Amino acid sequence: MRSFKASCARICPHVILCIFVAFMFLPLYLAIVAASHDGSTMMHAPLPIWPGTALFSNVKTVLTDGLVATGGEPVARMLLNSFLMAMLVASGKIFLALLSAFALVYFNFPGKRFCFALIFITMMLPVEVRIIPTFQLVASFGWLNSFAGLTLPLMASATATFLFRQFFKTIPGELVDAAKLDGAGPVRFFIDILLPLSKPHIASLFIIMFVYGWNQYLWPLLITTDTNMATIVMGIRYLAGVADQIPQWHYIMTVALIALLPPCLVVVTLQRWFEQGLRE
Amino acid sequence: MARFTQHSKTAFFFIVPQILVTLLFFIWPACGALLQSLFFSDAFGLHRSFAGLANFIDLFRSADYCQALWVTLLLAGSITFITMALGLALAVLVSGRRTGQQVYKTLLLWPYAVAPAVAAILWRFLFHPTLGWMTHILQAAGVDFNYVIHARQALAVVIMTASWQQFSYNFLFYFAALKMIPRGLIEAAIMDGASAWRRFWQIIFPLLSPTTFFLLTMNLIYSFFDTFGIIHVITNGGPGYSTTTLIYKVYEDGFVGMDSGSASAQSVVLMLLVIGLTLLQFRYLEKKVHYQ
Repeated sequence: MRSFKASCARICPHVILCIFVAFMFLPLYLAIVAASHDGSTMMHAPLPIWPGTALFSNVKTVLTDGLVATGGEPVARMLLNSFLMAMLVASGKIFLALLSAFALVYFNFPGKRFCFALIFITMMLPVEVRIIPTFQLVASFGWLNSFAGLTLPLMASATATFLFRQFFKTIPGELVDAAKLDGAGPVRFFIDILLPLSKPHIASLFIIMFVYGWNQYLWPLLITTDTNMATIVMGIRYLAGVADQIPQWHYIMTVALIALLPPCLVVVTLQRWFEQGLRE
Repeated sequence: MARFTQHSKTAFFFIVPQILVTLLFFIWPACGALLQSLFFSDAFGLHRSFAGLANFIDLFRSADYCQALWVTLLLAGSITFITMALGLALAVLVSGRRTGQQVYKTLLLWPYAVAPAVAAILWRFLFHPTLGWMTHILQAAGVDFNYVIHARQALAVVIMTASWQQFSYNFLFYFAALKMIPRGLIEAAIMDGASAWRRFWQIIFPLLSPTTFFLLTMNLIYSFFDTFGIIHVITNGGPGYSTTTLIYKVYEDGFVGMDSGSASAQSVVLMLLVIGLTLLQFRYLEKKVHYQ
């Protein structure tokens, strides 16, 4: 009896965990099922519960031909846009944060406290709350349907700046003295000493920011009216809009799978960096 | 701290890009929102007249806005509670296992990387009124399920989707925090004969309180803003206005209804909300520094 109780206590958490993991994977599994059947199977209930064989032909159709539902725009184009946007947002944020943290830690200049306060305030202004005037501003620059309009308003990052500032402060001052003795100026010091030391932080922040950029929805929805500039996550919108009139769920789920694969792969394969970046 | 004291001009070159982006795309639009919220304007933006605080008073008098506020609070409360409770429970379960912790972590963390809008389309399909698998299961259980018609079911689908997506974040933070608790404390409690239940509530849970507080604010901010994609894809704010949240209403009034005065007033209210939450969080950060 005792051993039964003990083994139950050992097995129980395992069973609960497995059930929960299965639940988390449920939408993904059923999306794969839907994406691997042809259109006629997915039109009437009951839907199949086992994967079919049409996955590759669906992926091919979606990538190269596009669908009537998306305005005939191939998903490959949207993927490229998403990738460019995520890369630009991530590298832009890190670039700006590195430079400004360097200025804040290693220099004294008039208005330093003011600059710090300005950067701090951006933390309280996510794109959603300043969306209307930012949209008007970007429109007045003529930046609708451009990568500048898509990425620049998302680029300032207080969190990244604070992170680098915090990190730079832990670097011993002797390094600066040594660099000065060797005749290195600030730019030289930044490129040859600070950048290499910051590499792990840059990597982990990059992952977080890449996912952030890839998953943007509201901003690209407003800024891009041209289907040529659509990102894949907001491309879902076209599909969802017509889903009830033209049921093409096998294609919709294929697009959804393609849209979620890159950020998930990045996070899972670079898990160690990702977790470090989250916690900072 | 050793500094480059004689190079203050160089410093400007380094900080100017960030300040420029900040002023142009953050401060200027925020001031713009403040200003516009004080004016009436027509749909074409041709005429403006000073309105004082009338836009704000109208907001809080309108039944639609109060309902959106209520829906937002309901969503935020449910999502925050569900994700934190599940995140903590699962983190405790996983950290109690001797083997396979890493595997479980990998299996549970990936939904974080799924965009809210993409998560929404997956769940929308599962709950599709005629085709969805979930709908069939629910109907077999005798539930008249159609989220397109029933307001409560629409809310439940949105909460479900958001919780599914946000769970990973909570799980990861709780898991990391549990790892930081010194073994000695737990062992001492075991020696004193405290049951697992008491050990959890009287030792572990209080030690997790900084994480709990941090997650609380992060989950609230997530539910206020990031649920936009989910609502836009699944329910479009409906049926009626039953899933219209504050941020969805800003979008509706500002970009669909073209009432920029009211929408700006709504933005300002949201801004105040975020500022409040951020300041709260910073007080927590300060505390954390003190105790280290």
